Amino acid sequence: MRLHEMVAERAQTAEILRPVRGVYIAGTLLVALLLNLLSLPGFLHTLRPDFIGLTLIYWVVYHPRRVGFLPAWLLGLAMDVADGSLFGQHALAYAGLMYLAILLHRRIVMFGMRQQVLHVLAILAASQAVMLLVRLTAGSDFPGPLYFAPSIVGAILWPGMFNLIRLPLRPRADPDAV
Amino acid sequence: MEYTPPPFFKRGPSLLTRFAFFSIASMVLLVADVRFNYLQSMRSVVAVAVYPLQQLSAVPSRAFGWIGEIAVSHSHLRRENEQLRQQGLRDAAGLQNQQALAAENEHLRQLLAMRSRVPRKLTAAEILYAPRDPFTRRVVVDKGGQHGVRAGAAVVDRTGVIGQVTRVFPWLSEVTLITDKEQAVPIQVLRSGLRGVTFGIGDDGTLELRFMPVNADIQNGDVLVTSGIDGIYPPGLPVAVVSKVERNTAYAFARITCIPAAGVNSYGQVLIVGMDPRQPDNPVAADDLAKPAVKAGP
Repeated sequence: MRLHEMVAERAQTAEILRPVRGVYIAGTLLVALLLNLLSLPGFLHTLRPDFIGLTLIYWVVYHPRRVGFLPAWLLGLAMDVADGSLFGQHALAYAGLMYLAILLHRRIVMFGMRQQVLHVLAILAASQAVMLLVRLTAGSDFPGPLYFAPSIVGAILWPGMFNLIRLPLRPRADPDAV
Repeated sequence: MEYTPPPFFKRGPSLLTRFAFFSIASMVLLVADVRFNYLQSMRSVVAVAVYPLQQLSAVPSRAFGWIGEIAVSHSHLRRENEQLRQQGLRDAAGLQNQQALAAENEHLRQLLAMRSRVPRKLTAAEILYAPRDPFTRRVVVDKGGQHGVRAGAAVVDRTGVIGQVTRVFPWLSEVTLITDKEQAVPIQVLRSGLRGVTFGIGDDGTLELRFMPVNADIQNGDVLVTSGIDGIYPPGLPVAVVSKVERNTAYAFARITCIPAAGVNSYGQVLIVGMDPRQPDNPVAADDLAKPAVKAGP
């Protein structure tokens, strides 16, 4: 890949945004929780990505000082209760997700969209693997390879989520411009 | 004197420390939940906090239903009304017959000095959503402890048993479906009266009737109803229909596959059937109590 192509790709993900308010971050996480709880018909249900995971990755990668472990962990507990899974399963998975995302955030922001998708896929799959490990230890059976489908769907949705979260943060048109 | 750099870039504990702290906290919760079942009260607290969101998340599907209702045409409604009227008339005839039979049954039971059947408390509930958890088959319904629902109660829909209440929150409860792995329902074959237990295998739309001898009197198409001997499921509710019987004499038991009678996977209204409060004492426990006395005798 030539240098100017790399620069062009990087330009997709690097732009100057307006400052983020804490209320907005909390709002996006709440909407993500709602999307996770939404009742979906049939097959869509097994494909639904982890919206909380995606949103957490976004905020950690682009504003690593704004979202800490504690909100992620509490959201994990909320998901555990709403899902009826083991108490602490999602909390542990989100702790792992936060660790990976914070570890990799300097690298991820340097990449264009396509490479970011791969990173997000890895992080989401790792958080699902943590949950799988917990359930296997507790005595459940492996539910089949389709178990990892939500991670793939989540990674595919990453560019959309990225732009959606940024939409209200893009600078307004400058009224003084000629 | 020890030198410490001025705290210019103080950022709290390191990443690894924070990760280790929250992982260990999660693992403590997991162990307390799985091994000791300690955390029901903590779960309830979180459940109350999540409750408004759960209600809110059901809004789109409800709105979808409303839009469907509004968009129904007048002629369609009239036709449906007519059909329902006829259905009601037919049902009324059956119901009158059934009332007479119930009275006769009660009378005969009194003559034979058998326990009479008490009517159970019924609670209508609506399925809010199915959790994302791919390891289990569960649904969440909109009635909970505040509405008198207790853990263990059977849940039925229009056509048969769909599951059992396994966890009760103040305003919601979790129902484990009969197709969940290892979820057991005591049944009776309607045709022959044979008793058995069906187990879910974690797959939608299939149940397994286990521990039936190879020569058991079971055929394809046999209707399985709840036996009621467990005291949890009321007797006579349809559970499943036998779809395949494999008799291989190399094994001790026949492999019998069934299809659930109720729409276990479809969303909608369900009834939560309360438990019979008058359970007899467990006879095994009474035997155990009596044994030491016999031993001490000689």
